[in-house]
Amino acid sequence: MATQSKPKKSDRDAVTLSKIEKLARGIFGEVSKGKNPAVDIRTRTLSNVSFNEKRKIIELGDRAQSREFFNASMARKFMQTLLVATGCKTLIDEGKTISIRQMYYMSKHTLKGSTENTFEDQDESDPIIEDLEVGIDALREELHLFANRRGSAVGRLVIEDSGDRIDLSRMGRGGWSIPSICEPEVLKFAECRAEFVLFVEKDAIFSRLNEDAFWKKHNCILMTSLGQATRGARRLLQRMSNELKIPVYVLVDNDPWGLYIYSVLKQGSINLAYESMRMALPSVRFLGMSALDYNKFALTPAVKINLMKEDIARAEQMKAYPWFKDKKWQAEIDALLENGFKMEVDGFLTKSISFITEEYIPKKLRDRDYLQ
Amino acid sequence: MSKKAETESTPLALDPPKRRATAESMAARQREISVSEFFTKNRHLLGFDNPAKALLTTVKEAVDNSLDACEEAGILPDLLVEIREVAPAPGKPSNEGEKPDRAPGPGGASRFRVIVEDNGPGVVKPQIPKIFAKLLYGSKFHRLKQSRGQQGIGISAAGLYGQLTTGKPVVITSKTGKGRPAFQIHLRIDTKRNQPDVVQDETVDWDKDHGTRVEIELLAAYRGGRTGVQEYLEQTVVANPHLALTYVSPKGERLEFPRVSGELPREAHEIKPHPHGVELGMLHMMLQDSEGKTVKQVLVDDFSRVSPAVATQVCELAKVNPRTPAERVHGEELERLHKALGEVKVMAPPATAVVPIGEELLIEGLKRRFSRADFYMSTTRPPAVYRGNPFVVEVGLAYGGELPPEEPAEIMRFANRVPLQYQPKSCAISESVYQTNWRGYELQQPKGGLPIAPMVIVVHLASVWVPFTSEAKEAVAHYDELLREMKLAIQECGRKLAAHLRARAHAQREQMRRSLFEKYIPEVARSLSEILRIPKETTEKPFYKALPTFVRVADDEPVKEGNGKADGAAAPAQETKARLEPKTRKKKPVKAAKGRSGGGKKGGEQLTLL
Repeated sequence: MATQSKPKKSDRDAVTLSKIEKLARGIFGEVSKGKNPAVDIRTRTLSNVSFNEKRKIIELGDRAQSREFFNASMARKFMQTLLVATGCKTLIDEGKTISIRQMYYMSKHTLKGSTENTFEDQDESDPIIEDLEVGIDALREELHLFANRRGSAVGRLVIEDSGDRIDLSRMGRGGWSIPSICEPEVLKFAECRAEFVLFVEKDAIFSRLNEDAFWKKHNCILMTSLGQATRGARRLLQRMSNELKIPVYVLVDNDPWGLYIYSVLKQGSINLAYESMRMALPSVRFLGMSALDYNKFALTPAVKINLMKEDIARAEQMKAYPWFKDKKWQAEIDALLENGFKMEVDGFLTKSISFITEEYIPKKLRDRDYLQ
Repeated sequence: MSKKAETESTPLALDPPKRRATAESMAARQREISVSEFFTKNRHLLGFDNPAKALLTTVKEAVDNSLDACEEAGILPDLLVEIREVAPAPGKPSNEGEKPDRAPGPGGASRFRVIVEDNGPGVVKPQIPKIFAKLLYGSKFHRLKQSRGQQGIGISAAGLYGQLTTGKPVVITSKTGKGRPAFQIHLRIDTKRNQPDVVQDETVDWDKDHGTRVEIELLAAYRGGRTGVQEYLEQTVVANPHLALTYVSPKGERLEFPRVSGELPREAHEIKPHPHGVELGMLHMMLQDSEGKTVKQVLVDDFSRVSPAVATQVCELAKVNPRTPAERVHGEELERLHKALGEVKVMAPPATAVVPIGEELLIEGLKRRFSRADFYMSTTRPPAVYRGNPFVVEVGLAYGGELPPEEPAEIMRFANRVPLQYQPKSCAISESVYQTNWRGYELQQPKGGLPIAPMVIVVHLASVWVPFTSEAKEAVAHYDELLREMKLAIQECGRKLAAHLRARAHAQREQMRRSLFEKYIPEVARSLSEILRIPKETTEKPFYKALPTFVRVADDEPVKEGNGKADGAAAPAQETKARLEPKTRKKKPVKAAKGRSGGGKKGGEQLTLL
């Protein structure tokens, strides 16, 4: 490896490398003293996250699990953590970035003298990558890893991605594909004429609005991430809000899952609580769909979908979240429960094909009818 | 027992029935029944109900007698047991393995010759006929002393059975010492008079210094399995580690069981009856035979643990004048005396009357029979008393190895070192095994059943008087005191077993942990070597060095602790370890491991995972 020509390394890479080396040195030092070597990994469970009232984000607590090698139930994961660390070191050394699935294959091999593999499937390696992120306090992109990208954006924005200048108003029907790494090092905002961002849950709504040229008429950026927003999409939204100083609106289905998508965008998730600082967007605005829209827009029973038992339980659970304690939010969730039904944004097509583009969103924006 | 079977039944008549016989005519038919005659008709009572059982009983009676004689004389027993199938031609024994040339008798029976030869003290010539050809003649019935035979019926009954089924006399050869003649006597039993009948009497050459050889020809069936002769002999070997036995089967196979203990069982002391165990008839007899003594004198002299003070107390309780001549105590007075004897507080009978096999020797015996088990353990309870009879219960277990793993455990029952092979269902010993909760000892046990485990359970009851359910001595009666002691002994042994099993499971777990770590060390070491850019050998070494600190390997496992006084089982426990871990493994330092596992070693209880 020493003979290989080394690609340029950024300062950030140097810092990450030193973190990986520190981990390895610590382990080697402990075991050399006859001690049980361990990696401290902060636990990513509900019990170890808290809502920071001041910052309005979910933060990871300090409780950590000591992952020891000489512990029958931890040895395998300990080994896997080191394999991933070694893989990341190689990536940094070689200046390459791969997907987490590729990391699974890169670290997978059969153990000597057995039929056991270092990783049996990706479900095993993905959490290990997150463990390493919190274990050495490095971000995923710092480890030269990315998740599969998912999501598109169009609108009044010009960006620079790895030196390429891209005008998001000239992306045709498909839109610009949001990369999984949206850090300022690789992605810069060159020119912005947008007044706000509209983030929609579903690709079908994105297409509807795009075809109707909603963003042209309203001077905005239109985004989707197909369901739960990816890290890339969340990071991008946060940067747009912070750097472009424009508000971000969210349009999701009127059901607990939609509320949860909004909640994650706003405060962060339990699993990625350690990333909240970089991803959460407490100022994000909930445009819809609200349970109250049924009456406001005189929708017909055709849009109703009965709430399932799990929906009710989930809604009750969310009512208890500290960040939904605000009266307006309690009223919103109560309205959903009282309705006893949920609605999809697509339900507006009971009115007309472009009702959503021409009536619903403009009226909501006009009335400043959103929750925050 | 009156004899009026010959009279014919008459139809119902209105007239008063006609007298059929007078007292005088009946008296002519009334006569003494000889015991021999009685047993001829009731041979099932003595264990001769069928040809297979007859063979077993014959061997058993002869072997029991030989062992008792050897032990009483202080001789380490050397026994030869041989069973030959015999051709039908009278007096012409067949060669080994030769098929008889006649059809088998009833019930698949054919003719066998049983030969049992010992190196015992021999029998003086005048006694030979009485001992071997007179029923109810012997030395053991009249005393309270632990011995195998109790009634003196056995061997002569076997001879009688042989005589009845083959017409052949019993042949006894005996020699009482070096340089003395060996007598060979052919005996018949005169069944009418219960008297021996010497058919032939000669002096023969015998290379033995002393001993007795019994040969009985009988109609029998040779069977294998739980109730067979071979099983009996193999079990006898378990309970008698001091016995050297050679067995020649009807097929000519020769099985040798060399002695595993050069130590004779301690001689059992003869004891006088204990007041709590004496029966009314026995008490009456003792008083009658008192030769002019007073009641008090009889109580003090002829009973165990009765002091003059206790005797006075008994007499007061019974309202009997202590100075009454003993012969004159009858009727109600006798009954009151008997009752008082049962109620008075007296010391338990002396335990020296009972001789257990002993924990170590029981294990030796088990090992001789089941040499390939994983471990052996045993428990000998302290002496206890039922109805005035001292007794000791012992339990031995052989576990694992080549014993069948998925089958119910095997029970071996012994009374005074004699295997009990019939009637397991009605025996208190089996009951005690069934009633034990083996699940508490890490074993599977179906409800109300035997534990499912590769295990043999030996239960030995030693007592001056074993309460059998019948004269065939097949099953031990259910006395609460006996059952209780048996269960306690089983429990004690079970705890030792559980300690072993836990220790073994622990060792296996540790072995698994060890190989787990060994599997991952190369991966971790390679990772460290790549990250830190140092050779893999360097990063690997400290892991292997630290490994023993975190894995407690089997060879420093303490098994004894947490098990109290498991001295009997301690020695085999260590052997077990050696067998469990046959690969030579370097001794690992224990110090660090102890520290890590958080505190003291608890032997088998030590389950801490790191």
